[in-house]
Amino acid sequence: MELKQFNFLFLYQETFALTKRLFIQLKRRPSTLVAGILQPIIWLFLFGALFSNAPKDFLPGVDSYGNFLGAGLIVFTAFSGALNSGLPLMFDREFGFLNRLLVAPLTSRLSIVLSSFLYITILSFIQSIAIMFISYLLGYGFPEFFGLGIVFATLILLVLFVTSISLCLAFILPGHIELIALIFVVNLPLLFASTALAPISFMPAWLGWIASFNPLTFAIEPIRVSYTSSINLDFIALHAPYGDLTCRNCISLLFILTISSLIVINPLLNKKLN
Amino acid sequence: MNYIQIKNLSKRYFDVNALENINIKISKGSLFGLLGPNGAGKTTLLKILATLISPDDGKVEINEIDLVKKPRQIRELIGYVAQEISLDKILTGRELLDFQADLYHIPKTKKLQRIQDLIIKLDMEDWIDRKCGTYSGGMKRRIDLAAGLLHLPKVLILDEPTVGLDIESRNIIWDLLKNLKDDGMTIILSSHYLNEIDYLADTVVIINDGKVIDQGNPNYLKSKLGGERISLKVREFSSPEESEKVKEILNKIDGIRQIVINSAQGYSLNFIAEKEKDFLTKLKVELAFSKFEIFSLTQSQPSLDDVYLQATGKTLQDAEIFMAGKRDLKKESKQSMR
Repeated sequence: MELKQFNFLFLYQETFALTKRLFIQLKRRPSTLVAGILQPIIWLFLFGALFSNAPKDFLPGVDSYGNFLGAGLIVFTAFSGALNSGLPLMFDREFGFLNRLLVAPLTSRLSIVLSSFLYITILSFIQSIAIMFISYLLGYGFPEFFGLGIVFATLILLVLFVTSISLCLAFILPGHIELIALIFVVNLPLLFASTALAPISFMPAWLGWIASFNPLTFAIEPIRVSYTSSINLDFIALHAPYGDLTCRNCISLLFILTISSLIVINPLLNKKLN
Repeated sequence: MNYIQIKNLSKRYFDVNALENINIKISKGSLFGLLGPNGAGKTTLLKILATLISPDDGKVEINEIDLVKKPRQIRELIGYVAQEISLDKILTGRELLDFQADLYHIPKTKKLQRIQDLIIKLDMEDWIDRKCGTYSGGMKRRIDLAAGLLHLPKVLILDEPTVGLDIESRNIIWDLLKNLKDDGMTIILSSHYLNEIDYLADTVVIINDGKVIDQGNPNYLKSKLGGERISLKVREFSSPEESEKVKEILNKIDGIRQIVINSAQGYSLNFIAEKEKDFLTKLKVELAFSKFEIFSLTQSQPSLDDVYLQATGKTLQDAEIFMAGKRDLKKESKQSMR
């Protein structure tokens, strides 16, 4: 029998199969996708209405609160989706389906991780486009071509960063109950401790410091400024207590965080998957 | 030719020896049976062979390839059908097989044909396009088996494949296994069903408490016991004390050996009697002398259960009951999670 070596075609074949499985699940149980689009739209309506009479100087660089909120909701939706990405893997672990994958002569078990990244990234893009489109219909504008590039690049980095952590947790925690509990604990506090709902200038000093180190903020601010027509990478995106950060700074910080998280979880994934 | 060689294999889970110094050789194209009660170590051994867990000690070679050093090459050779059937209930059977085929890098040109062949072979046409979540136990097992066979493995590893199945599904699986063996596939089958191993296996290993207690051809193991298998009752349901007294009497009779009290059958006494024409008379006289009468006495050919009984002092059924009380299934489930 001819024994196969590492082969990119095989990597493609197995990654495609694993991703296709996740999309078949999504197609037959679309509630995750629907909820992921509905929830931020409800937030957009309710929070948009709640702060519609906020004083002009409360919101730096934007015309209305709905305009300000859109970026926060796009990031929050992608973040929540990525945080939940460990759940299918956890269920596969619990129900023994993971063994079916581990017994197979996968050319690289990286395909298991890669398929989760791909799935969540595509899902986040679909949800983000839906949010951006609804925002546009509500009169909150739409990013130009370069701005869209920044939105998607930022989302890819955020999704990679959070998905890697979620997959890691799916291997460390004993079961899905613990993973869901952890997601509940982390999700909303991270949102409130970011610039998704309010600018740093509106926050008490201590919260401003926390928000200016929150990875969500590094994703939210470049997306927020991507709605500006004169956007470029050196545009000041965040007035942090420790100094101003440009779009480039925010994306670079997110990039460093993503690479660091991948390096940190790599030994664990190797141990669990090999 | 020994296609699979297991040498001094050991595996521990914390303070429990799951496998202890296991030595097994399996010939190419044979159907190899692993017999033992639940918790004996069968699944641990099969999971090591399937590269799902690593042994603590010892060596395993399949087709002269070291399982620990080259697990991916081993995975190309084996098909594994686990004890717990794990299907994605959202996928249809056909989608699951298609998914499995991609994991084994089967080219598109061959994939559809192989899937169709297996659908026909395992009689799955009527329900293959239904979601796996709607399948009965027998259907699930058949689709699981098909998934294990898609890539035409050289070695098929099956962990208790017929537990809880209806007769139709069981017969289909038995027939398929016989055909696969005839086609030259090496099959390793674990079971705690004696008739299954007796019917299918060329060679059997009896495993208990993580140790191999006997191995060989089932007929050889049975004939090795010699004499005639006798099951004696002096009352329909004797007490343990009464059976002990009868055992003492039997011990004094020449030509009777390997006396075991079988608690699973109302504390009957199972033993081997040499074929002597006045044996029954001697037995009656000795029992009458101690004021016992024969309630029932049955003679039979030795079975694999007798082999197990002689080796461990317990019937397989007794061992099942004993192990069921001893096992911590929650802990085992956690240990088996990657």
